[in-house]
Amino acid sequence: MMTEGMQIRVLVAKPGLDGHDRGAKVIARALRDAGMEVIYTGLRQTPEQIVEAALQEDVDVIGLSCLSGAHNHLFAQVIELLKKHHAEDILVVGGGVIPEEDIPLLKAQGVKEIFTPGTGTLAVVEYIKKHALPR
Amino acid sequence: MNEQLQNFFVKWDEKAQKSVAKNPERKLMFTNASRLSIKRVYTPLDVTGDYLDDISLPGEYPFTRGVQPTMYRGRFWTMRQYAGMASAEESNDRYLYLLEQGQTGLSVAFDLPTQIGYDSDHPLAAGEVGKVGVAIDSLADMELLFKGIPLDKVSTSMTINAPAAVLLAMYIVVAEKQGVSQDKLVGTIQNDILKEYAARGTYIFPPGPSMRLITDIFAYCAQHVPEWNTISISGYHIREAGSTAVQEVAFTLSDGIAYVAAAILAGLDVDDFAPRLSFFFNSHVDFFEEVAKFRAARRLWAKIMKERFKAKNPRSMMLRFHTQTGGSTLTAQQPDNNVVRVTLQALAAVLGGTQSLHTNSRDEALALPTEESVRIALRTQQIIACESGVADTVDPLAGSYYIENLTNEIEVAAWSQIQKIDALGGAIAAIEKGYMQREIQESAYDWQMQVERKERIVVGVNQFHVKEDALRGLLRVDATVGEKQVQRLQVLRSQRDNQQVRVALAQLETDAKSTANIMPSLIEAVRAYATLGEICNCLRNIFGEYHADNLL
Amino acid sequence: MLCLDNLRERFLQGNMRALAQSISLVEDNPELGAKLFSLLGQPQGNPRIIGVTGPPGAGKSTLTAKLALALLARGERVALLLIDPSSPFSGGAILGDRIRMHELSGLSDVYIRSLSTRGSLGGLSAATARVLRLLQHGNFSTIILETVGTGQAETDVVMAVDAVVVVAVPGLGDDIQAMKAGIMEIADVFVVNKADRDGADRTKLQIEAMLGMQEGRRVHPIQVLPTIATTGYGVAELTQALDDHFAYVEQSGELARRREKRWHKEFSAYVANILLGDFFSWANRQDIGIMANAEWGEIEVYGLAKKATAQYFTERMKRHVEED
Repeated sequence: MMTEGMQIRVLVAKPGLDGHDRGAKVIARALRDAGMEVIYTGLRQTPEQIVEAALQEDVDVIGLSCLSGAHNHLFAQVIELLKKHHAEDILVVGGGVIPEEDIPLLKAQGVKEIFTPGTGTLAVVEYIKKHALPR
Repeated sequence: MNEQLQNFFVKWDEKAQKSVAKNPERKLMFTNASRLSIKRVYTPLDVTGDYLDDISLPGEYPFTRGVQPTMYRGRFWTMRQYAGMASAEESNDRYLYLLEQGQTGLSVAFDLPTQIGYDSDHPLAAGEVGKVGVAIDSLADMELLFKGIPLDKVSTSMTINAPAAVLLAMYIVVAEKQGVSQDKLVGTIQNDILKEYAARGTYIFPPGPSMRLITDIFAYCAQHVPEWNTISISGYHIREAGSTAVQEVAFTLSDGIAYVAAAILAGLDVDDFAPRLSFFFNSHVDFFEEVAKFRAARRLWAKIMKERFKAKNPRSMMLRFHTQTGGSTLTAQQPDNNVVRVTLQALAAVLGGTQSLHTNSRDEALALPTEESVRIALRTQQIIACESGVADTVDPLAGSYYIENLTNEIEVAAWSQIQKIDALGGAIAAIEKGYMQREIQESAYDWQMQVERKERIVVGVNQFHVKEDALRGLLRVDATVGEKQVQRLQVLRSQRDNQQVRVALAQLETDAKSTANIMPSLIEAVRAYATLGEICNCLRNIFGEYHADNLL
Repeated sequence: MLCLDNLRERFLQGNMRALAQSISLVEDNPELGAKLFSLLGQPQGNPRIIGVTGPPGAGKSTLTAKLALALLARGERVALLLIDPSSPFSGGAILGDRIRMHELSGLSDVYIRSLSTRGSLGGLSAATARVLRLLQHGNFSTIILETVGTGQAETDVVMAVDAVVVVAVPGLGDDIQAMKAGIMEIADVFVVNKADRDGADRTKLQIEAMLGMQEGRRVHPIQVLPTIATTGYGVAELTQALDDHFAYVEQSGELARRREKRWHKEFSAYVANILLGDFFSWANRQDIGIMANAEWGEIEVYGLAKKATAQYFTERMKRHVEED
């Protein structure tokens, strides 16, 4: 739970080469409209760039969006790098075209929640409000 | 007659109002996805304009009713399922299967590294090789992809944009090795970079050099590959990114205007290249809106080509298009319902006069489609074609008061958007200023909020839920495809004549720096088995790279 | 919750995440921020603080990135603070300037941080001054602050920095008249970005003419430099112009005066905040609230405020006497 008066900071990132950013942008806007500060870094981010931005921006949450099927590889790398920088306290969630059967593996690696197609933005907002760690 | 009708309508309307006062309608306001309001009923009073000028007959200007006089009475639309996965061999298997099942054209999906001009061993390709389509690193992969498929017998559509010239060059050389000369080749490259900046994201170079590559292709094909559709100006992805139907028409035609203007500026005669321009639209959920959209787009393009660009050849004015059913309308929930959605969308495309059609598979919100799902999708088209009877007369919805009115309304709304883009300095300027992107995002957000407020019902998503198990048996791309592709590249680099590659790339560099047409040196480079990544890097060094920095 | 001692230690070791967390701390919470500042003591370095401002779409972010690259190339350590507006409705914000900084990613001597205005109208967030002070502990040689870009109302920036770069673009054309007020006066260096566009020369001349009208009020001549941020054209000249500016203001004592003024402004803002906070907590505690009696619209507001303040001071004094 966040302390009153602090704003949740979220990095919305598109790892890999996938150019479908409709979902990422809709989510970014919904998070903003829920009072959060959202850093959007655009397309084609490497896991290194994502983690660098997350650390510099001191975000509470990283939201990864991937529709190309490369999620297993890319999400795992982001988690790995966070661990390397002792930043595993940052909440990592993901979304996109992610088959149900991949979810247990992603969660075991450290992605806290996966939002599959059809999830409403409110569900994402509520989840983040509930699970973002206090600074 | 109109006066009589007008009087009668006023009386009728009073009666209707009374009835509504007693039994309210489902909604206070009915609107379609483009936010155009929909009346209770349409009558001849709603169909303004002149039949001969605005609607006319099939195959006649302004082509509202279709681009050919006989349409599907002559030949059905081309049933063209977009496919490609993992390696060239696997994709080749899928193509042979689809041809065997009665598909009439190929449509190649490339993986993201290929679409962005990276070889499979590039660091940024890690995890992406073979995922959303086939990985093509060099001519060697392309040879495998079309093995056993006579390229003078099929038409091939390739969804490739930023490096389209390179893939076209490979296709030409594969055909040549089969003994098929390039003037016999039939097919399409998407080659539409503007919508990549605006909506789809697989760009490489900045707009200037990208447009030059495109006009080089126009010029080369006009001379050497006359049956090739040199571009497929795409609204599909603009719609997928969240636009409305009106924006889809307006932004696509604005992009089209930019390509025509660029080609004319490059010294081409409009009637030399315009007949080979083709379009690609989405078929979305609102049935009548979609049918009207296709008709409006055809009429608008005909007028633009005739009036603005002074085209003389009627073929230059014909908007020929491919359609794909709306990917973003597929639901992950109760995926079998998608078969019904796809049927309605496919029917709208056929009633809208499409030249070719891809029907989505029911499982595509979850993964690449399985063979069974693809077959159902293809069968859907075949049922519409062979059983429903809708193909037996041309443009059967013409004359519907609603359809004709909606066709007019969409045309007017799209035209006003096109004029707005003209005022911004055209499509390229509008994209550079982020205008199109912002408009699309606005609509996407609007749509999402409508769904969340349940103003728009999506069956299985925000109503009519069931408890369901995760879908099993989804198609999984072989995890080792990346490694195999990397190994294949290593072998290629060690076995080819590297001196020949260096010479070819040096020539490419020289031509890219000059104003020469780039196609001949591209063809020589791919013939020498220079890889896609090597070729694109050579061009990156000269052209620079594009970075999207427009915001939300 | 973070342990301040531990945070301080990691911060002083140069840990980038600790720097980022410290910024959040002073941004979110002035009380804890004050504790951290007292633990940190006097800053070791003396970074130059450069503000980049100008209307939206002028290319500020791209130019800022290129300027940072130029400074990095000569061995500097650079921090960038990128300010974006917050939504007046939700208080949230989309911070997107970083998207234009791709050339800086992966470089070790640069730190990029996006901040929201958090409701502040002046273009700079209220917490920006604290964050700037904190960055002075971060071993940077230059700090670049990029403002919101609302065009006007950005004169706040002049109070926060040592040098102001105002970015204009051709095509604003006659609109340049509109930006003259305020923004013309705060510039230490003027840039006409996108100088490859039509009308760049005219824009430069217009600006020079308007600057000419202010001659006499300025301490040293202001340069108007053409740049093309996307290619880096003119960035070397901009760097030189900034060096010239700093040489001048350091020598003339102007830099020290600016910094003193800045210190005063921040100080008095806190005093005002503390007093206001105390006043209202007192006023709300009154059984018969002074303000509750007011009949809105009829009472003369100034008179009421004066009366209430007088009463507040009297009672405050009394309590102080009692407490003593």
